[in-house]
Formats: sequence, structure tokens, C-alpha cells
Amino acid sequence: MNKLIVSPSPHDENYTKTTNIMLNVIIALLPAWGAAIYFFGLRVIPLTAVCIGSCIFFEYICRAMMKRSNTIGDLSAVVTGLILAMNLPSTLPYWMAVIGSFIAIVIVKQLFGGLGQNFANPAITARIVLMISFPAAMTKWVEPITHTDLDAISSATPLPLAGTDNAVSYLDLFLGKCGGCLGETCALALLIGGLYLAARKIISLAAPLSFIGSLFILSWISGSDPVYQILAGGVFLGAFFMATDYATTPITTKGKIVFGLGCGIITFIIRRFGSYPEGVSFSILLMNVLTPYIEQLTRTKVLGAKEAEKNEG
Amino acid sequence: MADKKTPLVKELTKGIIKENPTLVMLLGMCPTLAVTTQAMNGIGMGLATTFVLLGSNIVISALRKVIPDKVRIPAFIVIIASFVTLIGFLLEGFVPSLYDSLGIYLTLITVNCIIFGRAEMFASKNGILASAFDAIGMGAGFTLALFLMGSVREIIGAGQWMGIKLPVLSENPMLFFIMPAGGFFTLGMIIAAVNKLKNKKPPQELGCGGCPNAKNCGKEGDCH
Repeated sequence: MNKLIVSPSPHDENYTKTTNIMLNVIIALLPAWGAAIYFFGLRVIPLTAVCIGSCIFFEYICRAMMKRSNTIGDLSAVVTGLILAMNLPSTLPYWMAVIGSFIAIVIVKQLFGGLGQNFANPAITARIVLMISFPAAMTKWVEPITHTDLDAISSATPLPLAGTDNAVSYLDLFLGKCGGCLGETCALALLIGGLYLAARKIISLAAPLSFIGSLFILSWISGSDPVYQILAGGVFLGAFFMATDYATTPITTKGKIVFGLGCGIITFIIRRFGSYPEGVSFSILLMNVLTPYIEQLTRTKVLGAKEAEKNEG
Repeated sequence: MADKKTPLVKELTKGIIKENPTLVMLLGMCPTLAVTTQAMNGIGMGLATTFVLLGSNIVISALRKVIPDKVRIPAFIVIIASFVTLIGFLLEGFVPSLYDSLGIYLTLITVNCIIFGRAEMFASKNGILASAFDAIGMGAGFTLALFLMGSVREIIGAGQWMGIKLPVLSENPMLFFIMPAGGFFTLGMIIAAVNKLKNKKPPQELGCGGCPNAKNCGKEGDCH
């Protein structure tokens, strides 16, 4: 007991490193990924491997060509690849996944300066480019495996079915037993992952809650089924894993709430009035672009600045 | 007054890379982004603009001492618009398909800032011959840039080039490149490539002739 250490503050030596954060995000995504394998079959594994592998490959090549330090070790490329895979339908050809990884890593991330410098979420941007480039392949959904003798049945996502007789039950939506991208269907697993990240203080719940909440309220007011609207489509994946990205969303809590509200409103408008059935990815991208302005408007006042202003005035 | 001693060849070649109107000076973005969904459109637009540029540069240069400074802008526009009307009728009469695919952008050549920029910056200050060479060089640079953009976007976005279907690419074209977002994207990439090309440092002269330290070195021909 004679080890008295005298040192200047801060005394907390639990450094949060990028690698640590990324590792936690990967852990948080694993339940949803497991659910994807359960519902969409074993093709999920090679598709994810292609996404992650090509993301790492492009990151390495790009950094080497730009003569910058190697950043594979921080695992951010792995996270990008994993989230990208979560945003793709399980039937997508592998080469399209490689193109998506190229867009995410080279164009969106490295050309703008690498981790922390990108203006938009790499995985979301890649998904949108793939979505408008290959609309047929990107919307080829399969029915989740019901574990019978049938191989695969093509089907629609739950969103266009909302309000019809074919609408999926709440329980199936919550558990993920419906058509859709790999990682977006199982709300339960995404919720577990999101809460895990929040408990580890990796993400703040401000943006996800205001995103989901505003979408819920708007859908309710407009007369559509609010529970169905938030459980179907990519809302949970987007809210917990993409609207909480550090580089592309505001840092202040007020800003995060504004960001989430914007996402919810845009998603609602696209779903209700747009020609695409799903608007989560577009809404996040649009709000990514607005992030610098939100930050400027919600900047925290320096302690005492108000009084100084008063005195000057 | 610009330097009169600049050789005419330089006036001709500067527009292609060094002062490329689209890729370096970033003029005329509207047609660059709008009509370049096909390589053929790029060439058509480029040539039409070159024609107007040549005509307007020559006439403006010839009249540069007649036009009062205060009303030069309306005067330029009248001259440019005349040539645009001319090329519009010519294309409509002889190449109606191109006329249709260029659409409104053909008439909008009138307000293309490349033409106006050259009139203001060059033709109104230089002789007829120099202005003509300048117009041809700038026009060639513009045509080249549009052709490049059109080729990239057509090959990747539609899987064809100059209307000829390409074997593998036409099966799954990336529609993104045909869309406006793809236009901006392609433009950015090409500008980046041109910047890289333009800012390339001249290769260092090897040997002792170009070495500032040659006198004190003493090891003649040994270094590298």
C-alpha cells in the first residue's frame, strides 16, 4: 500500500482507442449478422467476406499509393465492409459487392483524407450508388428460409406490402422473418447491438431515438401503421449503426437530436411521397451533408461567454 | 494588351491541357455535365461550341476598336447569339438527330462562359489571327474534355461507346454514371487526373550539367 502515485490529472487511463471502438461495433453487429445467416442462408458468409476482404484490400492499396501510413490495424475498414454487407441483399453478385467496397473505401473515405475526414458515411454512399446503378440486382429479395425443402423464394420487402393483406406480422418483423437486406430485417438483434454500444458508451442514443421517434410520430399522424413503419426496412440498422457514425454526424447532443429528426422526417417523406419504397439510406446521406451546418448552429457556448458578451454589449 | 510576341502555336496548344477551359478553368460546366451522357453528344457539343467560339472571337477581335467599352457586353452577346442561331439552323437542317439530343443546350451556347470569357479576356485585346488560334485551341480543349467525359460515362454507364455495344460491360451497366450524380463524379475524377498531369514536376536533369553542386563535388559522373 505504499505505492502512492502523484501525477497531474487526468487520472483515468482507460484510453479509448479507435481499434477498441471498431471492435465494439463489430461485436454489436454480430447478432444481426447471425440472424442474417439464419434467415438468408449460408451465402451471407461469403458475401460478407468479399465485402470485408475487398474493403481491407482497397484501404491497403489506397494508403500505399498515396504514400500514407497503413491504417488497416484500426479495423475501420472491417467495420465499413461489415456494414456495407449488412446493406446488401443476399443474392447480390460478388463483383457488385467489390464495386461497392471500392466506392466506400477509395472514393468516399480515402480520397477525402481517410478515417474521420469523410463527409458522408462510406457504406451508405456505396449502397446508394449500387442501388441506383443496379436497381434490379439490388432489389432482388429472397424470402427468409423457412427451413423447409424449398431453396429460396423471391419476395418483396415488407414496406411495399404495408397495409395490404400480405403485410408481415409484427412478431415476424421484430424477429426479422421477412425479405430485405442482410442486416436490416432482425430488429431484435439490431436493438441488442445498439443497446450494447450505448451501454459501452460508444454511441449516444440521442440520434437513434429522435430518428425512430420522429418517424413513429409522423407515420402515426399521417395515418399509416407507426409500429410497422419503424420495424420494417432499414430504420433500426440506420438509426443505431449509421446515424451514430462519429465522423459524419454532429458531436453535440442537440446536434444529434436535430440529425435524428431530419433523418426521420426525410425517411417519412421518401416512403410516403417518393418513388422509392425505402428512404433510410437517402435520409442519412442527406443529413450527413448537412452535418457541418448543424454543428455550427448547435455549437456549445464556451463557459462564461454569455456574460462576456453581455458585458461587451 | 497581352504579350504580342507569344507564338501562335502556343495560343493553339495552351487550351488543350495547360489552360483547358473545362478541366482547368472550370468554365462551361452546364453543357459539360448535361450533355455528356454519350461520347457522340460530347463531340457534337464541342464542335458546335468551337464553331461559335471561332466566329465570335474573329468578329469581336475585328471590331474591338469599334465597340465602345461601356456597351461591350451587349455587343458581344449580339455577335455570339448570331453565330449560335447560325449553328442551330445548320444542325437542325443537316444533323437533326444531334440537334434533338443536344436540345436546349445548343441555344444555351450563347451564355456559355467559355465563349464569353474568351471574348472578354482574349479576343477584345488581341489581333484577329491570334484570336482565331485561341478559339481553335480552346474549342479543341473543350471538345476533348467533353469527349472524354462522354466516353467514360457512356462506357461505364451504358456499356457502349459511340453507339457500339461493348461485350461484357453492356450486360450490367452502372446506371449511376448516366445520371447527374455520375456526371459530377466523372468530372471530379477527370479534373483530379488533369491536375496530377499538369502539376507533375519536370523530370530532374541527371548528370552534372543540371547539378547545382557540380563545382564543389569533385566526383564527376559518379553520382545519381
